Amino acid sequence: MGVGIEVASLNAWYGTNHTLQDITLNIPANHATALIGPSGCGKSTFVRCLNRMHETNPIARVTGTVRIGDLDIYSDAQPVEIRRRVGMVFQRPNPFPTMSIYDNVASGLKLNGYSNRRALDEIVERSLKSSALWDEVKDDLKSKSGASLSGGQQQRLCIARALAVDPEVLLMDEPASALDPVSTSKIEDLIFQLKSQYTIVIVTHNMQQAARVAENTGFFLNGRMVEFDSTHKIFTNPSDKRTEDYITGRFG
Amino acid sequence: MSVNQTSFRSKWRTLTDRAVSVLAILATLLVIAPLVAIFIYLIVKGASSLNLAFFTQVPKPVGEVGGGMANAVVGSAVLLAIASVIGVPVGIGGGIYLAEFGRGTKLANAIRFTADVLNGVPSIVMGLAAYSLIVLPQGHFSAFSGGVALGIMMIPTVCRTSEEMLLMVPNAIREAALGLGLPNWRAVLSITVKTASPGIITGCMLAFARVAGETAPLIFTALGNSFWSTSLNQPIAALPLQIYVYALSPYDDWHRLAWAGALVLIALIVIAVSLVRYVTSRGVLKGAS
Repeated sequence: MGVGIEVASLNAWYGTNHTLQDITLNIPANHATALIGPSGCGKSTFVRCLNRMHETNPIARVTGTVRIGDLDIYSDAQPVEIRRRVGMVFQRPNPFPTMSIYDNVASGLKLNGYSNRRALDEIVERSLKSSALWDEVKDDLKSKSGASLSGGQQQRLCIARALAVDPEVLLMDEPASALDPVSTSKIEDLIFQLKSQYTIVIVTHNMQQAARVAENTGFFLNGRMVEFDSTHKIFTNPSDKRTEDYITGRFG
Repeated sequence: MSVNQTSFRSKWRTLTDRAVSVLAILATLLVIAPLVAIFIYLIVKGASSLNLAFFTQVPKPVGEVGGGMANAVVGSAVLLAIASVIGVPVGIGGGIYLAEFGRGTKLANAIRFTADVLNGVPSIVMGLAAYSLIVLPQGHFSAFSGGVALGIMMIPTVCRTSEEMLLMVPNAIREAALGLGLPNWRAVLSITVKTASPGIITGCMLAFARVAGETAPLIFTALGNSFWSTSLNQPIAALPLQIYVYALSPYDDWHRLAWAGALVLIALIVIAVSLVRYVTSRGVLKGAS
């Protein structure tokens, strides 16, 4: 089951560049939350702070608190532990090119020492079914490389890989921006189904996409969160002038 | 623009295209030509002296007909085995450090610089180093010291190519691994290194092929041996050494054996490299890059 995320006074830097300023928001459990805003506004940095990927860059720095469920991720736990609870899907599909489809999905468990074959088989099947890829790949699970799939299939493979470690939260950083419209709609359908089991945070440049998949939407601008509200309100009656300008296409 | 002009331009474009293609093909032929020439020459000169005895007998004293280089073939194998045991793990380990753990650190820059310098050190100096570090303290020439000299020569090539190959792995792959909650060491070993492994293996093969033909580092270390020996503590024969000695000798019979030895050396290198490629390419999946 998904858990809620409470972010309080989150600040992030790349070197001297203050990329996130004082972000405070609550992301409800088992909902999809979309983050929109122009390029460079900090929304990607924000999701990378939620699984401590931000700090893998040596010049990056973070202050503030993030609670995921009952876990304060910056004081109670190691990054490795958090990333198992908070899965991530990246902008460009990034399956492991040397691994089979099966091994890609199983990699998170296998490489952490999990070796129960029968259970792995089940988890791989369940994860691929959850990501709506099972029917397309079930016949060559172990004979084809993850890299041999089409872009849209690769992205669903990456979603299956993230789901296999059984996370509580799924972060998606523009998961459909490199995909064609058919693959995009498949990913969106998927997000719709997955949010009953996971808390989903999705960064997107596509405002229709935010409107289609997310209950709540946050608008980021220049490292600050301008507005956070129900998606319906953001797109029909935003409280802030800047949000209105952005969604009506006046800038960004 | 008139039709005439257009067709002139398109003709010109086709011509340029042809010309560049021809130049590229010529350049390729120039690259391959020496290799083919050497191979043909070796076959012409050496194949006639190749027989079973070459691979089963040790050299005969001057004046006696026949004899082979069995001891040198085995000796080269022993020396290269020692060299690979030293050069491959140290080189790959260094490459992993440079690309994955030490990026931007002073230590990494120092290692990279040292490796480049080591790569440029003449091979005879490498032999002298092994001579003073191992042969002198031990008081005798040995297969071990020869293997060490060759192994040290392998390190910089393996190290730098491994680093380059690891740096070519897209960062997205590293992030995917870390994003799954893998510890960094695990992500590096099981994902990044595995992804780069075809390139790393090529680097190892290049280094292997290069030292397989080295003569100079063996002169003061392995020394050479006319008799059968596989002991690591004794002087040992090696194909390049044997070719060197036989080629400089005044005897026609030995010259022919030297040609045969050179042919066998090149053939063995080609076989070893192909074998490693074949073995490591098995199990590669459809569509894997």
